[in-house]
Amino acid sequence: MSKKVNLTINGFPVEIETGKTILEAADSQGITIPTLCYHKDLCVAGNCRVCIVEVTGQKRLSAACATPCEEGMEILTNSLKVRNSRKHIIELLLTEHNADCTKCYRNGNCELQTLASEYKIMTQDFIELVPLKKYSIDAYSPSIMKDDSKCIRCQRCVRTCAELQGVNALTVAHKGDEMKITTFLEKHMRDVVCTNCGQCINHCPTGALVEKNYIEEVWEAIANPKKHVVVQTAPAVRVGLGEELGLPPGTRVTGKMVAALKRLGFDSVLDTDFTADLTIMEEGTELLTRLKKALVDKDETVDLPMATSCSPGWIKYIEHMYPEYLGNLSTCKSPQQMFGALAKTYYAKARNIEPDNIVSVSIMPCTAKKFEAWRPEMHDSGYRDVDYVLTTRELAILIKQAGLDFEKIEPVKYDRLMGDSTGAGVIFGATGGVMEAALRTVYEIVTGREVPFDNLDITPVRGMEGVREASIKIENPVEDWAFLDGVELKCAVAHGLVNAKTVMESVKSGKADYHFIEFMACPGGCLGGGGQPIPTNPEIRKKRAEAIYAEDSSLTIRKSHENPEVLKLYKDFLKEPLGEVSHHLLHTKYTKRQRY
Amino acid sequence: MANSHQLKRVDFIFRNENDWEKILSNTIKKKPEELVNELMSSELKGRGGAGFPTGLKWKFTAEAKSEKKYVICNADEGEPGTFKDREILSRVPYKVLTAMAVCGYVTGANEGFIYLRGEYKFLQPELKKAIDEFEYYCNEIEFDFKISVFMGSGAYICGEETALMESMEGKRGEPRNKPPFPSESGYLGKPTVINNVETLVHTFTIFKYGAKKFYDLGVQYSRGTKLFSVSGDTPKPGIYELELGMSLQDFVYEFGDGDTKSVQVGGASGFLVPRKKFKDAAIGFKGKLRGISLPTGGSMMLFNSSRSMFNVLDNYLEFFREESCGQCTPCRVGCQQLLLGIKAVKRGDKPAAYLDKLIRLTETMQYTAKCGLGQSVANSFSSIVENFREEMIY
Amino acid sequence: MQGVVERESFLSEHSMVEIAREIEIPAADVYGTATFYSFLETKPTGKFIIRVCKTITCAMKGKTQVLFAIQDMLKIKMGDTTPDKRFTLLETNCLGWCHKAPAMLVNDDVYTELTPEKVRDILTKYMDKNGNFHN
Ligand SMILES: Cc1cc2nc3c(=O)[nH]c(=O)nc-3n(C[C@H](O)[C@H](O)[C@H](O)COP(=O)(O)O)c2cc1C
Ligand code: SF4
Ligand code: SF4
Ligand code: SF4
Ligand code: SF4
Ligand code: FES
Repeated sequence: MSKKVNLTINGFPVEIETGKTILEAADSQGITIPTLCYHKDLCVAGNCRVCIVEVTGQKRLSAACATPCEEGMEILTNSLKVRNSRKHIIELLLTEHNADCTKCYRNGNCELQTLASEYKIMTQDFIELVPLKKYSIDAYSPSIMKDDSKCIRCQRCVRTCAELQGVNALTVAHKGDEMKITTFLEKHMRDVVCTNCGQCINHCPTGALVEKNYIEEVWEAIANPKKHVVVQTAPAVRVGLGEELGLPPGTRVTGKMVAALKRLGFDSVLDTDFTADLTIMEEGTELLTRLKKALVDKDETVDLPMATSCSPGWIKYIEHMYPEYLGNLSTCKSPQQMFGALAKTYYAKARNIEPDNIVSVSIMPCTAKKFEAWRPEMHDSGYRDVDYVLTTRELAILIKQAGLDFEKIEPVKYDRLMGDSTGAGVIFGATGGVMEAALRTVYEIVTGREVPFDNLDITPVRGMEGVREASIKIENPVEDWAFLDGVELKCAVAHGLVNAKTVMESVKSGKADYHFIEFMACPGGCLGGGGQPIPTNPEIRKKRAEAIYAEDSSLTIRKSHENPEVLKLYKDFLKEPLGEVSHHLLHTKYTKRQRY
Repeated sequence: MANSHQLKRVDFIFRNENDWEKILSNTIKKKPEELVNELMSSELKGRGGAGFPTGLKWKFTAEAKSEKKYVICNADEGEPGTFKDREILSRVPYKVLTAMAVCGYVTGANEGFIYLRGEYKFLQPELKKAIDEFEYYCNEIEFDFKISVFMGSGAYICGEETALMESMEGKRGEPRNKPPFPSESGYLGKPTVINNVETLVHTFTIFKYGAKKFYDLGVQYSRGTKLFSVSGDTPKPGIYELELGMSLQDFVYEFGDGDTKSVQVGGASGFLVPRKKFKDAAIGFKGKLRGISLPTGGSMMLFNSSRSMFNVLDNYLEFFREESCGQCTPCRVGCQQLLLGIKAVKRGDKPAAYLDKLIRLTETMQYTAKCGLGQSVANSFSSIVENFREEMIY
Repeated sequence: MQGVVERESFLSEHSMVEIAREIEIPAADVYGTATFYSFLETKPTGKFIIRVCKTITCAMKGKTQVLFAIQDMLKIKMGDTTPDKRFTLLETNCLGWCHKAPAMLVNDDVYTELTPEKVRDILTKYMDKNGNFHN
């Protein structure tokens, strides 16, 4: 048992463990102290000062987020002095802030707006500073828009990019009145090491960092009668979307989402899970091929461990930071891009539609997917494989704009041809999911038996630990894979790029002897993606993960290699994993990028 | 002092003494607790601005449990109107080095740094020579203490102790949250004593002459002497060592040009005292002195009646607006608002009553800013605006 | 960083990248840190950087006239560099020479109790010296 301290908050006694902050103590009593620079995912900065509280006997106020509780403290969270000071601080923030809420992307979900409305800041006595500042907007990235006039300099984005992602694309520059959040030499986000992961967007309390949205483009495509608009939805969207539409975190809305998409006017509502299963077939085969080359042919040039390639944030990260390891990446495209490439080839042919008339839209929990779709190499169908990528948040906007009452919508099923999904495809949305799905399939291919885990749940790779390791021993393989007999397949899972860095460093130093590593750029995997509803925090990620695994359990088919549509696809079109068509449409290569 | 019997000029700090070797070797024969007690009984308070009892500071660090500890000498001296530390380092560097080493002995640190402001770069070669000689002697008496000079790069806020440590760690000089205090977690997260240059020299005096000698100077709550950097409208600008507790009236009598309208005590982050309050102002640390008493880093700027107090305040605020690290809201935005605000009132764009709103704003800054910079803007602002309100308006 | 500034007088993109590589810190942070400090320039500067103190005492004691004299002599404005890349003119906060105001720094050298005449003499000295001047 850790030691406790006793104090009072607004006159009521509180007992709390030593080391907890005043903010946490108040929270335990159901008292919310407003915060801006504080975020549960990040270290404490204590710079916005809106969380100040009065400690009786002290002239100065204390920042609740940064002040540890002490024995006997008498804390007032709402005294006149606190209120007046806090109001001053909000007013000050607003003078530097282009508070044009009606024209702001975060209107309705903005921490500054909420705070200002709670404190009823109705007038502006202080001098408006916005016209005096040379604020700029950076809209050159295909994923992210940065509007300095909306920035309150809380540094949450800077801490996110450094602490969660280890990328450090953002920094604080200058001092005093000129202090601002920017990049190396104040370049555009597009031209620096930014991975487009969008975590900074997800952690920004205001509209200073938002996704580049393609809402109008999608409406236009839908309205164009000549166009056949297909939409794919990523696994993690179905466990996040509800939050944007008033449902509690962790609500599974798959059927409602499909129904809503149909009502929005998409011609065909399909599932990225389908290509997730396909990814497993391709990637699993690739892994086995690499292992064979290494173990049987003793080919020393084979790059092992093999790393997953479905997270475009991770891809851009490794291109910048560890270009010497690009060979270790699986050559598989991400499920989104596999889907895109097939939509304008296989699907177009099967449905007898001119690929030129297909508009391929994807709904993703991710902003890096926007960049991925925009990459020049993603044109293997002969067209832009994926035309527009919307985040979970943008989809919610479409639904609201169309006036759909999400709660009342009756769930329906995905359309066919590339709409079938298995439990393995669904769990791609959670950290460890790709690994689990791959193991379910690879183990069975190699041994002819199901993975030796209760109910197919490979629990060692699940959870929220930053880096997780697992190994699975292969015994009595079928004849083709006899060389793997007795081999202990070693795997690791990392989510959040800062953990990816840890794993890469141990690979680099030769300490790690993994065969296969799953990397996800975002904390929690895609369910905590940069395009997911705001806020996202540890509790919410946990709920979404539970929902993902519940979705997996609810499905009858839970192994990728049993997806009937995938099997049909191989039969009718691709022939075999890593075959020639696959190679052309489903695999890609990577580009070395500047580290600085 | 012919024409002033009230001001007591003293000469400890710059007294040319070539006995630092003896002082060092004798002092480190005593027990650390004994030395801490000596400092405590001298009631020496920090001369860097905050006035924290030095003995207590050393004691906390001595008690902190850690393999590695550090001693830092704060020579960032960025407060407008202060230039005493430079003089100390160029004239009696050995006293500073000795004091640092003794501090290391007391607290269990074997490494010290002098954080020298970039503007004083020209001091570096001489200082390095002194350090070489000093370390040579330490070697001789087999006393393990290393000192290096860390050059600042031009940022006033780096004088703030935690910002200084951030700066030494190669980062932006943004003050940290306190607690934890440096005595617990300072440079590189290790327990650290940080003292002003002058504070260290006073400890030298105390170790040499005993606490009593120091304690007997000055007045209650403000013991000993202090270096004053005198500038502005004065016939004798310069550095003077004076006994604490004098009245400002006597000070102006000595240093004024006969037409002194006000004195800024303690630099831009200190207070402005108008002529009518000279009598009641005593120079020392906050305590129960008669009338007002003033915390002080030792800067005394005199203004005569030709000076516009509006221009003075305008200059200070511009200084703060630029030198604020910019991280916390009340200070970053507050400074901009104050500066623009007084200009707007002067121009007539805002009513005179707006000054009261600004004074309330400085109160908020004082209560809520993260570090001493933002907290102390209120000092000069309200003391100037309240005393020279007409000058702000017309 | 200070080392590079000494050699090259400012931090170029190239040298910031080099610093980042050498001490393994993000380039963005090198930039962020450099812009925090007024003595670390991230834009090209002249060989001699003149920093005139603008804080209160110097302001009271004729800094403006000194500045005019410099601007007049070098034919540049505040913040600019002479076309021959010899001088850059900047203002700075308190240099700690208030008792001998007004003061300025030329690189690391201090000049105090300036007058327009005096400053002209000082700069002439710097103009005379050839490009290899070191002190
Ligand atoms: C904005 C700011 C600037 C400061 N500048 C200096 C300085 O230049 N020199 C100094 O010794 N202390 C300075 N201080 C005080 C230091 O934070 C710290 O209190 C001091 O170094 C402690 O030493 P002392 O106990 O010997 O006074 C400054 C404080 C603040 C808030
Ligand atoms: S960031 Fe928030 S407060 Fe600012 S304009 Fe947008 S919605 Fe309004
Ligand atoms: S998108 Fe990701 S990598 Fe880019 S700045 Fe934001 S957090 Fe950093
Ligand atoms: S961009 Fe957003 S997260 Fe970053 S400092 Fe500005 S307001 Fe905070
Ligand atoms: S008070 Fe000013 S200088 Fe201090 S931390 Fe806040 S912004 Fe920085
Ligand atoms: S939330 Fe505590 S200072 Fe910002």
